[in-house]
Amino acid sequence: MSIRAQGMRAWLLQRLSGAYIGLYLLIALFTLGTGPALDYTRWHHLLSQPVVSIASLLFFFFILIHAWVGIRDVLLDYVQLTALRFSILIVLALGLLTMGIWVSMILFSVVRL
Amino acid sequence: MDKTGPLMLTKTRRPKYLNVLKIYLPVTGVASILHRISGVLLFLSIPFLIYALSLSLRSPESFAQVTSFFDNMFMRAFSLILLYSLAHHFFAGIRFLLLDLDVGIDLKTARASALGVILAGLLVFVLAVVGVLL
Repeated sequence: MSIRAQGMRAWLLQRLSGAYIGLYLLIALFTLGTGPALDYTRWHHLLSQPVVSIASLLFFFFILIHAWVGIRDVLLDYVQLTALRFSILIVLALGLLTMGIWVSMILFSVVRL
Repeated sequence: MDKTGPLMLTKTRRPKYLNVLKIYLPVTGVASILHRISGVLLFLSIPFLIYALSLSLRSPESFAQVTSFFDNMFMRAFSLILLYSLAHHFFAGIRFLLLDLDVGIDLKTARASALGVILAGLLVFVLAVVGVLL
C-alpha cells in the first residue's frame, strides 16, 4: 500500500513517534534513576551534552507529532461540525508549532557545542 | 430477511438518546478509552512541562522553584494523575504496537493483555501514591 494512502502516513507516524517517546522515557528514567541525586548542576550538565540535547529535541518533536495525530483523531470522532473542527485544528497546529519553537529555544540555550 | 418486516420494527425501537451508563464496555474497551483520556490529559500538560523545563534550566534558584512546586499537596495530586496517565498510556501503547504486529491478536490474549495493561497502570499509581505519602 502506498504511504500516501488515506491515513497511512498518520498511522505510521503515530507508531514510530510512540516507539521513540517510549524508548526515550525508559532511557531517561534509567539515567536519572541511577547516579547521584538530581540537582541543578547535574541537570544542566546533562542537558548541555549535544547527544542528550539532540535526543531531547527529537523527543519533543515526536511528542508534538504524536499529539497532533492523536488529538486530530479525537476531534474527528467527537467534533462533527466541519467548520468548528477545522478551526480547532488550526488553533491546535499553531499551538503545537509555538511549543516546538519554544522548547527548541530552551534546549539550544543550554547545549554546549 | 424481509426488509419491510422485523427490520422496520427494530428500527423504531432504537433508543432516542445515548445512556452512557447502560453501555457495557469490555475490558479491551476500557484499556482503549483510558488510553484516549490519558492521551488528552498528557497533551494538555505539555505547555506546563515545557515551562517547568525552561525554569529548571535557567538558574539554581529557579530549579529550586520547580522542585518546590511539589511541596503543594494539590500539585502533588495533579502530578500523580499525570504520572498515572503516562503509565497507562505507555503500557497501552506498547500493547497496541504489539497488536499491530499481530502479537496477542486472538481475543483471549487480547483481553488478558488489556487487563494486564490496566493493572500495570494502577500499580504504578499505587506505588507513586505510597511513595508520596511516605
